[in-house]
Amino acid sequence: MTIDTIAGVQIESDEEGFLVDPTQWNDEVAVEIARREGIDPLTDRHWQVIRFMRSEYETKGTGPTVRALGKTSGVSIKELYQLFPKGPAKLAAKIAGIPKPRGCI
Amino acid sequence: MHRIVILGGGKGGTLAANRLRKAYGLNEASVTVVDQDDQHIYQPGLLFVPFGLTHSEDIVRPRGRQLHRGIDYRTSAIIHVDLAGQSVQLADGSELSYDVLVVATGAVLAPDETEGLTGPGWMEKVFTFYTPEGAAALEEALAVFDGGRLVVNVVEMPIKCPVAPLEFCFLADWYFHERGIRDRVELTFVTPLDAAFTKPVAANHLGGLLEQRGIELVTEFNTGEVDGTGGRLVSFDGREVPFDLAVVIPLHNGASYVARSEGLGDALGFVVTDTHTLQAAVAPNVFALGDAASLPVSKAGSVTHFEGEVLVENIRRFLDGEPLDASYDGHANCFIKTGFSKAMLIDFNYDVEPLPGHYPGLVGLPLLKESHLNHLGKLMFQWLYWHSLLPGRDIPGISSAMPLGGKLQALESNVKERVS
Ligand SMILES: Cc1cc2nc3c(=O)[nH]c(=O)nc-3n(C[C@H](O)[C@H](O)[C@H](O)COP(=O)(O)OP(=O)(O)OC[C@H]3O[C@@H](n4cnc5c(N)ncnc54)[C@H](O)[C@@H]3O)c2cc1C
Repeated sequence: MTIDTIAGVQIESDEEGFLVDPTQWNDEVAVEIARREGIDPLTDRHWQVIRFMRSEYETKGTGPTVRALGKTSGVSIKELYQLFPKGPAKLAAKIAGIPKPRGCI
Repeated sequence: MHRIVILGGGKGGTLAANRLRKAYGLNEASVTVVDQDDQHIYQPGLLFVPFGLTHSEDIVRPRGRQLHRGIDYRTSAIIHVDLAGQSVQLADGSELSYDVLVVATGAVLAPDETEGLTGPGWMEKVFTFYTPEGAAALEEALAVFDGGRLVVNVVEMPIKCPVAPLEFCFLADWYFHERGIRDRVELTFVTPLDAAFTKPVAANHLGGLLEQRGIELVTEFNTGEVDGTGGRLVSFDGREVPFDLAVVIPLHNGASYVARSEGLGDALGFVVTDTHTLQAAVAPNVFALGDAASLPVSKAGSVTHFEGEVLVENIRRFLDGEPLDASYDGHANCFIKTGFSKAMLIDFNYDVEPLPGHYPGLVGLPLLKESHLNHLGKLMFQWLYWHSLLPGRDIPGISSAMPLGGKLQALESNVKERVS
């Protein structure tokens, strides 16, 4: 658990850097987290994915997996990896201020 | 008269049908099972086919014979579920009306969704053991493999029995040792996960075993393309793993009719299901169990078995107009074959990590430790599958709720008794 000032707000995040309280999130927070993760600037395509992640989280209680993102977000898996290198689902969730996707067991 | 229709006559559909048949008299409820074919495969057996330890024909039985008397069995593919009209359309043109529907059509492999996987080299140097045809073809390929790079690759989760690919690695290590060519084979396990397995405690143990056996582990590899001609796995972020022979576990989806039936499935066609009651989110008279459900549990036969009890109890409650309070806790367990006549057993649920200790009580099988006893367990499991699990019997000492207390009941003696 770390507490940090991001975009002027005191924000708590877990060991892996995911926001503890998703309601503390806003666009400026997203831009700052993205910058720290080496994504700068956030393009419209990034935002499309980020907003999609937020709405999925709000309706389903967990962020989508990469495959589900590729099928439903309007952005292909290939492009997701270009936008959010390494782990699109994890990285986009982090920037969208939602918990790490539960993924699969 | 209640009409209960069960879609899928595999592990889950069969045990649910048999339990429901027992729970209701012939004049109280009709029980109908639909499956697209008449070949019930004991899927855990597929792991052993490539190594010549069993054969496809030995792990297949007719479905109808696994179902108790008084169960109506239909062979036809399922096309669509009309949730509002409470009926199911079958490919043979018929329609089945239901009062309660159980979705148990499992997971379907989707090798076509990975670029190149079914292209040049498929079934020549790129195989899967997740189908009977694939497992048989791989047996032939392994028999003539006399050295080189063998990679085992999980494309993406979820997959059925997430430990099966690891077991395949351990068995391959054993197999090449037996053939005296282990030093000529480079074995590599390539996974999208950040460790050998999903559950951290088990991942450490399994990771250690891989290292011990000289099996290389490549993590966080998201396969974007399988290049059969060039002998390469290529990840979405541009990394490559070369191979001479690839064993690939393809993507899994739910059955396609689930995705076509409005509101029934999630993005991958798995049924959105309450994690505890097994009731589908889409309608109160629809339930799901086994691999078809989108629960945060392993897609495994043990899970399906434990869910069965809860499912049948909640269907009874639903039909009686009572609240559904039977609750599934995510209990899963798994024998892991580690080669050289050894195996280990892991046991966990939604909240509890695989525990070191014994299962189900103090004198059960040692958990998280390789032992010969567990090896016996894995072999005996096939016997239990046909004679105890499918008929819907409980295994004495093992119930759906995960035993944490250490009941003095040993699966070991149970298994020995039944086999002798
Ligand atoms: C290689 C391998 C090894 C495994 N090892 C283990 C193990 O060691 N331990 C363990 O616990 N589990 C293991 N499993 C997993 C286990 O086999 C499954 O979890 C279990 O069979 C799930 O049961 P189910 O009823 O949900 O699905 P299934 O048993 O797969 O049954 C689904 C049924 O639905 C039918 N169906 C699908 N679509 C349609 C349609 N459109 N129309 C009509 N019928 C349809 C299919 O024909 C099938 O019969 C293994 C699986 C594999 C592949």
